[in-house]
Amino acid sequence: MTGTERSGVEGTGQAARAGGSGGSSPQKDTAELVRKTAAELGELLSAGEVSAAEVAEAHLDRIAAVDGQVNAFLHVDRETTLAQARTVDERRAAGERLGPLAGVPVAHKDVFTTTDMPTTAGSKILEGWRPPYDATITARLREAGLVILGKTNMDEFAMGSSTENSAYFTSRNPWDLERIPGGSSGGSSAAVAAYEAPLSTGTDTGGSIRQPASVTGIVGMKPTYGGSSRYGVIAFASSLDTPGPFARTVLDAALLQEAFSGHDRMDSTSVAEAVPPVVEAARHADVDGLRIGVVKEFAGDGYDPGVSARFDEAVELLESLGAKVVEVSCPHFTYALPAYYLIAPSECSSNLARFDAMRYGLRVGDDGTRSAEEVMALTRAEGFGPEVKRRIMLGTYALSSGYYDAYYGKAQQVRTLIKRDFEAAFEQVDVLVSPTTPTTAFPIGERADDPIAMYLADLCTIPANLTGNAAISVPCGLSDGLPVGLQIMAPVLGDDRVYRVGAAVERALEDRWGGPLLAKAPAL
Amino acid sequence: MSAITRDEVSHLARLSRLALGDDELDHLAAQLDQIISAVARVQEVAAEDIPPTSHALPLTNVYRTDEARECLTPEQALAAAPATEGQRFRVPRILDEEA
Repeated sequence: MTGTERSGVEGTGQAARAGGSGGSSPQKDTAELVRKTAAELGELLSAGEVSAAEVAEAHLDRIAAVDGQVNAFLHVDRETTLAQARTVDERRAAGERLGPLAGVPVAHKDVFTTTDMPTTAGSKILEGWRPPYDATITARLREAGLVILGKTNMDEFAMGSSTENSAYFTSRNPWDLERIPGGSSGGSSAAVAAYEAPLSTGTDTGGSIRQPASVTGIVGMKPTYGGSSRYGVIAFASSLDTPGPFARTVLDAALLQEAFSGHDRMDSTSVAEAVPPVVEAARHADVDGLRIGVVKEFAGDGYDPGVSARFDEAVELLESLGAKVVEVSCPHFTYALPAYYLIAPSECSSNLARFDAMRYGLRVGDDGTRSAEEVMALTRAEGFGPEVKRRIMLGTYALSSGYYDAYYGKAQQVRTLIKRDFEAAFEQVDVLVSPTTPTTAFPIGERADDPIAMYLADLCTIPANLTGNAAISVPCGLSDGLPVGLQIMAPVLGDDRVYRVGAAVERALEDRWGGPLLAKAPAL
Repeated sequence: MSAITRDEVSHLARLSRLALGDDELDHLAAQLDQIISAVARVQEVAAEDIPPTSHALPLTNVYRTDEARECLTPEQALAAAPATEGQRFRVPRILDEEA
């Protein structure tokens, strides 16, 4: 069904182009609108210089023009989007006080439930599913007046680093269409990097926001665990899953995070503390006197020389901006990856038990002769892809009696040790930095049937998931023409700190480059 | 020495409610063996007397207040069901004996 909807995208695109020739908004304005940041669009909208419908239309036209190459979207519905935009224009016309992002479009990773669009989590088992309720983040962004452009592609149930595990198709990296856009939130990163959306949402369980942001040259933030609601976000590993924003600037990411953050009584692990002042921090790009720790363990073998070089330059830059840089050892971080690949599959094997072919989703083989258990096993075998099956099996193994202490129990102890490493580090420094991911975007297909190689993409991002810390990826340059990301990690509820450092790096690098990194990407 | 046998993989598939064919089980057995050998590195860590951490934040369970709230209507709850009967989910037989 999603396939049909995609061809619908191209159909509406042709209609839009035909309409555009006789329409009121010239091609030039449209091209300019999609290159504006969310903050700029918000100002134009509140000043009445442009309507939400015009902004939405410009982005829908962009999607129609380039998504055939990028494959960022699983679902686009022009009429639903335009109706949302017109409603925002009416709310504004009626004098309603709207937030800074009212009328700005957003693309949602297809893991957030949406009542007016299908939600599949990139899986055949949920093909065509229409959720009966909105995720808290979906609902809050609707209330804030953001307009949903569509649902973005992802690795099935957020398991992967490339979108190659999507049951539908692989998204492309706008910098090089033969390369992966990262994952699991790869449709969301590709959409923002290709100017199809100014903002998008993602989820980060082991790096699924930061790694795709890094390899597509944009900003991606994993908030503090519990700082963003999981209600209505299809679960992968509940103690790790963290929704967060993608944007082309640090300020835009902060604006989006602020718009959906805050305590949610529908999520039992939502934190009650006030939302850190992330927007204010993103506007005060200043690291003078800040203590920055370089994680010693995240360098050396396995890191692209270009990635290491850009990272070292970013550290020098921070020092030149007045930060005090020291090397910090976090000896257990190298055990984060194996611990994660026990903890996350264990939680996934439990969470995905809900796909039982009984209440929603696919049902296979119910011919009146088979038992519920047989139908369940046939449905799950057909509805889940290879990586999801691998992880369910791995989790079932790690949790089974006789192996529990040796694997899951041990991984939980490693989690404690990583937490202690972070605590010791944050006694010495205010933030920690590392490359976001050891390599630039790899070619599609290169790691597709080598799970261990694929898992290495998350080497540097996983520690912050195991301990719930805030962490961001900001662009820090190119290696062989492909983007490199700088990861900045702060203590739990220190989200404002990573925005402050990220914004300082962004400002200094843009001064050096004469504009954003993304301006160097080839035109689509 | 392999970390996991083909028979164990077959048993895991049954526990996981995944009706996998022989080819898929063979393929998975090799991959799981590789993955388990890699993740077994956690056993190198000296973790005697280290308490386990099951969650990122030290949260305690929360209870909602016992009050009526809006919820899904039966029609909404059943809308995506593969099969329904009246206001109920219709499921295949759950007992082994023939009715």
